[in-house]
Amino acid sequence: MEKTNNSRRTFLKSSALLGGGLMIHFTGLANFDISERTGTLGTPAELIELNGYVKIMPDNTIKIICPNPEFGQNVMTSLPMIVAEELDVEWQKVLVEMGPHDSVKLGSQFTGGSNSVRMYWRILREAGATARYMLVQAAAQTWGVPAEEITTKAGMLYHEKTGKKGKYGDFATKAAGVTVAKGVVKPKDIKNFNIVRTSKKNVEGTKIISGKPLFGLDYKYDGMLIAMIEHPPGFGMTVDSFDATAALKMPGVKEVFRQKIYEDGFEQGGFDVRTFNEVVVVVGKTTWEVMNARKKLIVKWKPAGDTKDTMGGRGGAREVVVPGELESSDAQYQKMQDFASKPAQLLRKDGDPETAFKNAAQVIERTFTAPFLAHNCMEPINFFAHVTADKALLVGPLQAPGWTEPTLSKILKLPADKIEIQMTRMGGGFGRRAYGHYLVEAALISKKVNAPVKLIYSKEDDMTYGIYRPMYTATYRAALDADKKLIAFHVKGGGIPEHPIHANRFPAGAVDNYLAEGWQIPSNITVGAFRAPRSNFNAAAEQSFLDEVAEAMGKDPIEFRLELLKRAKENPVGKNNEYDAARYAGVLELVRDKSGWKNSGTEKYSRGVAAYFCHSSYAAHVVDMVIRDGEPYVKQVFSAIDCGIVVNPDAASNMVQGAVVDGIGNALYGGLTHKNGVSEQRNFHNYRIIRMREAPKKVEVFFVKNDIDPTGLGEPPFPPVFGAVANALYKASGQRFYKQPYSLKPTDKPIV
Amino acid sequence: MATLNINKKNYNIDADPDTPLLWVLRDIIGLVGTKYGCGVAQCGACVVHLNGEAVRSCVTKLSRAEGKKVVTIEGLSETNSHPLQKAWLELDVSQCGYCQAGQIMSAAVLLKENKNPTNEDIDDAMAGNICRCGTYLRIREAIQLAAKDQKK
Repeated sequence: MEKTNNSRRTFLKSSALLGGGLMIHFTGLANFDISERTGTLGTPAELIELNGYVKIMPDNTIKIICPNPEFGQNVMTSLPMIVAEELDVEWQKVLVEMGPHDSVKLGSQFTGGSNSVRMYWRILREAGATARYMLVQAAAQTWGVPAEEITTKAGMLYHEKTGKKGKYGDFATKAAGVTVAKGVVKPKDIKNFNIVRTSKKNVEGTKIISGKPLFGLDYKYDGMLIAMIEHPPGFGMTVDSFDATAALKMPGVKEVFRQKIYEDGFEQGGFDVRTFNEVVVVVGKTTWEVMNARKKLIVKWKPAGDTKDTMGGRGGAREVVVPGELESSDAQYQKMQDFASKPAQLLRKDGDPETAFKNAAQVIERTFTAPFLAHNCMEPINFFAHVTADKALLVGPLQAPGWTEPTLSKILKLPADKIEIQMTRMGGGFGRRAYGHYLVEAALISKKVNAPVKLIYSKEDDMTYGIYRPMYTATYRAALDADKKLIAFHVKGGGIPEHPIHANRFPAGAVDNYLAEGWQIPSNITVGAFRAPRSNFNAAAEQSFLDEVAEAMGKDPIEFRLELLKRAKENPVGKNNEYDAARYAGVLELVRDKSGWKNSGTEKYSRGVAAYFCHSSYAAHVVDMVIRDGEPYVKQVFSAIDCGIVVNPDAASNMVQGAVVDGIGNALYGGLTHKNGVSEQRNFHNYRIIRMREAPKKVEVFFVKNDIDPTGLGEPPFPPVFGAVANALYKASGQRFYKQPYSLKPTDKPIV
Repeated sequence: MATLNINKKNYNIDADPDTPLLWVLRDIIGLVGTKYGCGVAQCGACVVHLNGEAVRSCVTKLSRAEGKKVVTIEGLSETNSHPLQKAWLELDVSQCGYCQAGQIMSAAVLLKENKNPTNEDIDDAMAGNICRCGTYLRIREAIQLAAKDQKK
């Protein structure tokens, strides 16, 4: 990790040109601080920057900058692979460095929404191809030969006729001065890829297994103090008063104070979610000393009552009332049932569903619910901040620097170019670290104590802070005619504080009469994106429901889905259907074939299937379950994925396997409940996370092969795991499960 | 003042004897490979070896570690050559990577005591280590690969 480096920052600023994160015309050399994390190749003094993503050293070492923060999705490997492919260099000789926040040179830099590869695919291909073009032009000028006659291979330039050859490093300085006209750079033919689509190992793998400093919590800075926050014990509460007399006497403690986060009327952006606006801060020398001092801190809390947030937006600022109720889970479920029977917002309607349901020979209606989920990243929330009168440095784990910087700028009253944000490797994210309240908190604390400070949440602080996956419910109805044909489909979903419905997704488009509705209940429990937001509930509910409908129709669950998809492909109902029915069917067919669905030998398992489309990709799973010691155990899984071109196949399989494990864990054990506003789960002793024993022995992953530009992979495999687990559980127990987390306990009666 | 032997090196530590070894390692000595995950011995991110036994450093007091040999991930091998480290790289186990040092340290004790661990043995030995990314399949495979490598 590196400290503030003003010369580097100045350099970055001076070289920022053009849009799209691509810098073509930059010329010149710059002294560049090679930080420890760039590896072991010594410290070359000079780096020639061809654009924001490509730097070449005179010794022909190629450095590729990763724009997006890494939280385990392996972008620090896959994104540079795309650049290296087009640049035509040897992967083994590439050094990768995580870029600082710099939207001019490095684009949106948002890790989330399964966006990294999808959003950067064209940008990085263009960046690599443009740098290669510049090198070729430079060599052509030097050698006095036509550029078209120059070829490249593995970081070398060749001119066959004259026998001339040279390293990229020899021409980098000249290349930096080459002007590139629009439209002259052509990316490679996909058929000629030799890096992308081959498995490359995690570029930080060795640092991880040897314990090198990589994460926000590992970051050190001279004179750095540690800060922790005592936040209210429950949602809907705030600070009344506090007594720090005893805490201040504890060893190592420097200061204890009350801190307000947003001033009244502060216009919040969409990712400025913060749960508690007033907190008590303890600052001291070391983490353990601060933890101990907190135990001596006496804080009186009080109900906050209804409060107001000011939300910014295109239509101007608007005030939102945050209700003050101290919520409990039983009452939340009751309230959801009450709301479910009231009229809701119409989201989509095709045909005449009311009449179809009225005339149906059979109506199947089922209601599904799911609890709040905490992200539970292994690395608790933390961030380093050093704020002085004229600038700020912030370092730590963050998914969305581009959304947090404007907020910091407003709160610290500093221009954006005086705020430097560096992103460390994250110990998990899952959506949680898209919400940068903890940078604001760290910055305000640093400003107050006038020192470099690292803010650290304990696991308990983290788990009880909020920004959860919302609590959801949905009632599905299917109308069958006398021939057991599906004639109408209705979904009405709601949640605290938002509904889960994706109205234009399957089976919309496949049923003549279709109705989707949504409703929501305001709450002071804050929510945020959690690995495939909304989809992670819908895929559980909808895919279990379809299983039950298929059974009522006497059809095989895969064949039933394929029939609906055939209809959606050949003669789609309505407009705005988000999915490609053929690709959706493709993953179902692939998983059917690879799993040997219904083949002999599979009877020893209770098999469940589910498929889902989200984040532009398609995923289907077959899970094979057994009952072991009275608990469901998923022994093996077959997964079929269509995410277009797979950049790094083995790492992609790893991600799918992880999503499967995560899905099984959350489906069977995940859940966060409240009593009088207080989270009942506080740490891993009572928030059950899937462990080694419960993980399948085998997860076989199959990718559909096509040449479609890559789409998301971090999220899409996750949601359908829930549905497949629910359907297998039905086979295993003879009982349908409607309430998550699924459990074989006899108290788990369906709520219908 | 306590004297600790960490990765074959002696350190004089001036801290409250009740301070967890985790924070001595991370905040005082600056060995940050050992991770803070839960602080209550539930997740295994902080596992180190104390006289060859796997302990959770977040609940191991400085006073208990005094006079004993502490090995952290940084000291598991000099050149990342421990069979588990090699297997972890070979199978590209890590996703976010935060829990992996603790996983490796737990697995190292298992392999020292059991040259041929079965799936059941691995389940038992690794029960205290959480991986939120869900890399358990590769962890299991890597332990088996390392066991084979160890026998060579």
